[in-house]
Amino acid sequence: MSSAQLDAPVAETSRSPRRGRRRSSPQQRSDTRAALLFISPWIIGFLVFTLWPVIYSAYLSFTDYDVINPPTYVGLDNYREMLEDDKVRLALRNTFVFTLMSVPAKVIVSLALATLLKQAARATGFFRTAFFLPKMTPPVAIGVLLLLLFNGQQGLINEFLGIFGINGPAWTTDPNWVKPGLVLMSLWTIGATIIIFLAALQNVPQELYDSAMVDGASPWQRFWRITVPMISPAIFFVVIINTIDSLQSFTEAYTAFFGAGNSTYSNDAALFYAIYLFQQAFEFLQMGYASALAWLMFVIVMVVTALQFWGSKKFVYYEGGDNT
Amino acid sequence: MSATRAPEAETIAQGAVVPGPSKPPRQPHRITVKMLLAWAGLVAFTIVFIYPFVWLLSASFKPRGEVFDNKLIPQTFTFDNYVDVWNEAPLGLWMMNSVIVTVLAAVTVTISSAMVAWGFSYYRFRGRNALFALLLATMMLPGAVTMVPTYLIWDALGQVGTINPLWAQNLFASAFYVFLLRQFFLGLPRDVFEAARVDGAGHWSIFWRMAVPLCRPALIVTLLFEFQAAWTDLMRPLIYLRDQDTFTVPRGLKTLVDQFGFGGEWHWEIIVTASVITTIPMIILFFLGQRQFIDGIATTGSKG
Repeated sequence: MSSAQLDAPVAETSRSPRRGRRRSSPQQRSDTRAALLFISPWIIGFLVFTLWPVIYSAYLSFTDYDVINPPTYVGLDNYREMLEDDKVRLALRNTFVFTLMSVPAKVIVSLALATLLKQAARATGFFRTAFFLPKMTPPVAIGVLLLLLFNGQQGLINEFLGIFGINGPAWTTDPNWVKPGLVLMSLWTIGATIIIFLAALQNVPQELYDSAMVDGASPWQRFWRITVPMISPAIFFVVIINTIDSLQSFTEAYTAFFGAGNSTYSNDAALFYAIYLFQQAFEFLQMGYASALAWLMFVIVMVVTALQFWGSKKFVYYEGGDNT
Repeated sequence: MSATRAPEAETIAQGAVVPGPSKPPRQPHRITVKMLLAWAGLVAFTIVFIYPFVWLLSASFKPRGEVFDNKLIPQTFTFDNYVDVWNEAPLGLWMMNSVIVTVLAAVTVTISSAMVAWGFSYYRFRGRNALFALLLATMMLPGAVTMVPTYLIWDALGQVGTINPLWAQNLFASAFYVFLLRQFFLGLPRDVFEAARVDGAGHWSIFWRMAVPLCRPALIVTLLFEFQAAWTDLMRPLIYLRDQDTFTVPRGLKTLVDQFGFGGEWHWEIIVTASVITTIPMIILFFLGQRQFIDGIATTGSKG
């Protein structure tokens, strides 16, 4: 084995001089062959289940295709149709409204709970388990819980509000309250986010707080000047992941408001983009149109994520210029 | 993890840095009040987080007319709902389908992802970094983009209507787990493997006999994560399954919601009970692998 192999750090990414460029030894060739064999499952999977689908989906988006008859080329018709489709506009608005409400709510509540957890000292483990447990619930069951707990007449939420003399809204049928209900329900599953924040909080060096206390900083100042900058990479990560998730959210709303049993009331308020796409593809068999819709979803996710990365440059503080 | 140690360190550090001559003895006392307040808040939130489970479980033991009474303890306690669900739906079959899909999905994705992660972490070859960047990039691709053509592949293979499309893609590794496992492999001491090679161990036996056993904690995290993902998935069963007998439990639950919920029959006690049955395996899974779940998620967050 060449010494170049032993010396180089394993996670090397920098452009070090390529010493292995000379002539590859039999050892190196055997290494490369073995490496390719090890990664071959992913290479095959990438070619068959990612690359080809991406190309074919792009092609389908310019066709009409109902699975039974061969695709017919229609040019930009699908994209033109999307611009005029009221349901696309509705689904996009629903999805954005939901994301804009649910992501900040999730971040604030989980950060608050993680902060509380950090104070709890010995009992942290118990409470952490309690907060995480809902995350294990299958989303279908969460959709069911939404229907039951948020039921306008008999639901637990409204009964609870009734204690304070508040007449709760018809969460599951009033179009104005469907999304707030979905947002509140989504707060039930912030367990993973809490754990990420707690881990980040526990990594903030205590000395920073101590010296801030010596300087007479108030708890509020300490939170904004020390905690938030120090855990900003975690906040950034959580925002990105939750945004991508929310933009594609499907199961809870679909279970509660769509499917074979939805005919009794309007469910426009819960029509998320992913649900509309799914309906077009697998209920109406508009595979071409659905593919075009998917590409719009792709563009939206990319643009939103890029904006967040761009925005993060101002706010995210990486210790020593590197993440650990 | 330093979960339980951190606050103690806080106490010590505060005592050391703020030695204010006026009131050092009261320092621990004030912390305790703070802790009590935190506990009070945490208990309140714990009730909020756990109550839906209790509500659901309790409702599953109530007769039809009392499901919505929001009482913590059922007035009339009955097992009938469980019997009814069993009779109304092929629940045994759904359970079996779910177990088969979940086990196959978790085992295949763990083995294949470990192999790929090993290929990316131990070996150096030309184009490795580019390939790995490509692998990371695929994580950004929304599932919707590949959804339709992937369906067409399984359709062409005659697999639509079977449970195979729900797990077979896991034979080809998953980018997220490859990333997770690679991080772990990179932390292993390289010299051990080099020494084994000098002694004549082959590529596969170094991976299978040495790296895999050393990597067990991360493999368990992968298994558990995929168990959960496969068990709870609804979209793929919606796309690929047609016949009730092939349904997984969540797909079956959705059918029950449609049939007994707003679809007309209004038998919510059936839906509630089926929801409990769908959820309980995940609760058990969590308590079996609690530490792995929590450490796994904390690691994912810090690696982001």
